[in-house]
This record gives sequence, structure tokens and C-alpha cells, in this order.
Amino acid sequence: MADPVLSTDGLTKRFGALTASDGISLDVRPGEIHAVIGPNGAGKSTLIHQICGGLRPDHGRVHLLGQDVTALNTAARARAGLGRTFQISALAMEDSVLQNAMLGALGRSGRPWRFFGRALGDADLRARAEDCLARVGLADHLHARTATLSHGQRRQLEVAVALTLEPRIFIMDEPMAGLGSDGSAKLTRFLDRLREEAPILLVEHDMDAVFALADRVSVLVYGRVIATGTVAEIRSSAEVREAYLGEEG
Amino acid sequence: MIAERWLNLAVLAGLLGVAVWARIADQPFTITLTTRAVILALAAVGLNIALGLGGLVSLGHAVFFGLGGYAMGILAFHVQTYTPLEIGPISIAGSTSMPVIWLTAIALSSLAALGIGLLSLRTSGAYFIMITLAFGQMFYYFAISWNRYGGEDGLSIYVRNGFPGLNTLIPFQFFGICFALLCLVLLIGDRLARSPFGLALNAARQVPVRVETVGLSPFRLKLVAFVISGAVTGLAGALFADLNRFVSPTMFSWQLSGELIVLVILGGVGRLIGPVVGAVLFVALEHLLGGLTDHWHVFLGLILLVIVLFARGGIVGLLSRRRLGDG
Repeated sequence: MADPVLSTDGLTKRFGALTASDGISLDVRPGEIHAVIGPNGAGKSTLIHQICGGLRPDHGRVHLLGQDVTALNTAARARAGLGRTFQISALAMEDSVLQNAMLGALGRSGRPWRFFGRALGDADLRARAEDCLARVGLADHLHARTATLSHGQRRQLEVAVALTLEPRIFIMDEPMAGLGSDGSAKLTRFLDRLREEAPILLVEHDMDAVFALADRVSVLVYGRVIATGTVAEIRSSAEVREAYLGEEG
Repeated sequence: MIAERWLNLAVLAGLLGVAVWARIADQPFTITLTTRAVILALAAVGLNIALGLGGLVSLGHAVFFGLGGYAMGILAFHVQTYTPLEIGPISIAGSTSMPVIWLTAIALSSLAALGIGLLSLRTSGAYFIMITLAFGQMFYYFAISWNRYGGEDGLSIYVRNGFPGLNTLIPFQFFGICFALLCLVLLIGDRLARSPFGLALNAARQVPVRVETVGLSPFRLKLVAFVISGAVTGLAGALFADLNRFVSPTMFSWQLSGELIVLVILGGVGRLIGPVVGAVLFVALEHLLGGLTDHWHVFLGLILLVIVLFARGGIVGLLSRRRLGDG
């Protein structure tokens, strides 16, 4: 089996008496979509923060491409190949769509210390940004102010910014949140193809999307992974049904 | 609504026009007044790089203004008194050359901005304001107690410093120097805002977490902006001291830091020409109303109140809509 692109090893994080992550070990292999599901409060966001560098675990390690990145900050992990999208869009609202995508391209280039040439005049950055915007379907909105975008368009822009990074793995925090059924279906098809470029760790509430996309699913309850397996395995697991799926009927 | 570019040119042309008119009409005091507006504008343009682009509400920019002023005062004082300036083992004669003084002012204020930035940029919001304020007060009280250079009374420099090929004692020529520097800095500021660095800084102000996620450090971006900002305000301080031929601890006072913020807000935060408009309005009010009443600040306060409540983009924001996506 191919070496995993990303793995966590016994991640544990406590907030006072609450154990938000309780020895979480999971991995994401090349070419796969690994979904993490769980009820609200299961610790999904805490897990993502520890993987992306926003939170330090109390115990446990995070490995990216075989390198221990536990001690690296968010920016260094991004440079090492993590491409993250946010549950609540984190975009520069005053700027244009193109400028937001160019920021990603600029980060990817690693050359922000240029004080004179026009950013939008940089052909390489611009080509990369426009290409990624076209892929998510925002080619007609390059110069729109981001604040004027619809919710769905902002979700698309989130994905486009992650694309500009050419990451080795995508970490997606509820990319379907707030999308209508049309939007979800479109994004599902998009992610389905995207896994060939880089594997995806997908935290998602939309079960249709998860069951359509995931190669493997991990179920997180009270900070613990209670099961990991294929969609069929997870669906037929009595424990998972009891802990999670059953509640949603 | 007019295009911002034309508004920028109109404001600069207006400043130049007033000075030229005063030169023809032989009104040296008006030239000096205009020069004062230009220098305060330059200081506020410096602050606007930190405040407007970086979102850093610095209540300590008087540190850089004062350092610029004292760079001029100390260098010229040693020439004036024929005493060498001894820094450790090095002994220099001082200087009365403006370019040397400017470079010293820029070097000192960027160094101070680097140190202050390294410490204060670890915080944000009200804490950042308080830390920058605290640094300002430190410098202020140090200057008051520094008797070697006049302490509370400050330093008078009898002859304005020189610039190769010009007679800086002629008000119009000194105005020309200050005006040219303002234009140069505005040009640099404009390029900066549209540059790759400006793009990243602009995003770091709005969503620092996004900037980290693309692999850049918001801290470093803001630190560099703070240093550039401090350097510009330091240069303005050296010119201000030369205008008055006098330096005193009031250049370090927190009131001055506050006034610089007021200039930027009046004109328009983050707008290129905003600080210039703010400075012109400030000096005009100070002159016109200051002659009528000592309490002219009341009117300034009222105007500021109206702007903050009803025109968040400042005067420039009222006159010209921001164009988007032309970076």
C-alpha cells in the first residue's frame, strides 16, 4: 500500500475537563477521499485545527509526506503542501475575486517581498489565479468585489484559492455547508475528479455527498474515532448506527 | 463622483498652486503655512501605510516623528556649537546637510519601528494601541530628561540646513523640497499598495488566517509595513524640525500621534491622498479659526465627529468612489 500523504498519530487535545480529541489516529492515502463525519461537538473542528497548525495537540503527532510537521505553524504547513478550505469563508471581502485567488498564487510562489511591480501585472500569478477561478466556474466574476458574491460563489472561491496552492492534500471543512442541492451536486462532481490531483480529507455533514465521494469514512464521536472503513462498512456498522447515523434517522 | 486619480492630482496641483501664488504675491507666511501642511501630510502618509494598508492603529507614531526631529536637531547642534558628536569610540562633526540628516532620520526611525513592531505586533486591537502609546511616552519622557540636548526646552537651530544647489532659507525653495519629497513618497505608496507585497498586506489586514493558510506570515508583512511607515514619518519629522528650526519633546508627545490619526481619518483611511487632504484641512482650520479663538479644536472635533458618523471613507471617500480590481 502506498505511503499515506497525511497521518495523525494519537492526537489528543483537552480543554479543561473536556477531551476534544482523544487519541485520534487516521491517515489519508494518495488518490483517496477520506471523510470524517460525526455529530456536532464531536471534535471535528478541533481535529482540523490540529492538522492545519492552528492548535497544538497535547499529545500525538501529525505527519505530512513522511515529515513530522507537529511543530510547524500554519504558514509552514501550507508551504509544506496543506491546502485548506474554511467552513465559514475566510476571504478578503473588500478585494476582488481575482485578488483573492492571486493571494493564493502569491503564497504558492513564496515571493511576497516585491514592493514595486503591480501584483495584477504578474503574468505567472495571474495565469494561475485565473485558471483556478475558471475551474470552479468563477471566470465571469474576476473583477467582482468578493463581498457582493453569493454564498455559493464564496464557497467556490474558497476552493479556487486552495487550488492555487497546488497542495499535496486538501483539507476541506464542510465545503457543502449552505449550498443548495444543485450546488452540492456540482461540487460533489468537482471533488470526485479533484482526488486525482491530490487526496482530500473531507469533513462534511452532507451524508449524500460523503457516501457518494468517500473511499473511506472515519466516524468521530466525543473526540474518538469509533470506526474507520469503506462506505459500505460504515453503513452496516451497528456501533456507528447507534452512535450517529441512527440519530439522524 | 470623480476618479480618484484626478482627485489626487487636483489636490497636489492645488497645494503647488497656493505656494506659487504666495510666491508671486510675496506672501512668505502663506508659503510657510503650506509647507507645514505638506510636512504634516507626509507624516500622515507614513502613518497611513501602517493604518490604512496594515490596519495597525498606532498611537505611537510621534516616536518616529520625534526621532526624525532629533536626528536633525542633534546633527545640526554639534555643527552649530563646534562640538564633536561622540558615539562610543566614533567622533563626528555633525551635519548641516539635509540629505545626510534625512538618511539618519530614516535609519533611526526604521530601526525604532523594527524594535517597537517586533514587540507590539504580537498583540492586536486595544493592546496594540496601548503598547505603541507606551513606547511614545517612553521616548517623550526620555527627551524631556535629556539635558544635553535642551531637555524640556528643546533645541534651537539658528540656520536652516542646506541642500546642494538650493537656498533653503528662501521659503519657496524649502517648500519645493518638501513638496517633491511628498510627491515621491506618494508615488512609492501608490506602487506599494498595488504590489505583490501590498496585495498580501491588504489581505493580512482583513483576514490574517487566510494569509497564513496560503503560507505567508501576517506578522512579517505587518512588521515590514510598520517599518516603512515609521521611516516615512521619521523623514517628515526631520523636515518639520527644519521648518521650525526647533526641536522639542512635544514632537514625541502622544497628542501628536493622535493628531496624525485624526489627519488620516479626516482625509480617508487607506486612501492615497487622504492624509494630504486631512493635513490641509487641519492646517487651514488651525490658521483660520485659530486666529479667532483658542478653542478651534472644538470645530475640528465636530468635523471629525461628522466624518466618523457619516463618511467612513473620509473626505476623499465622499468625493471619489473607490475603484476595485485595478490593484
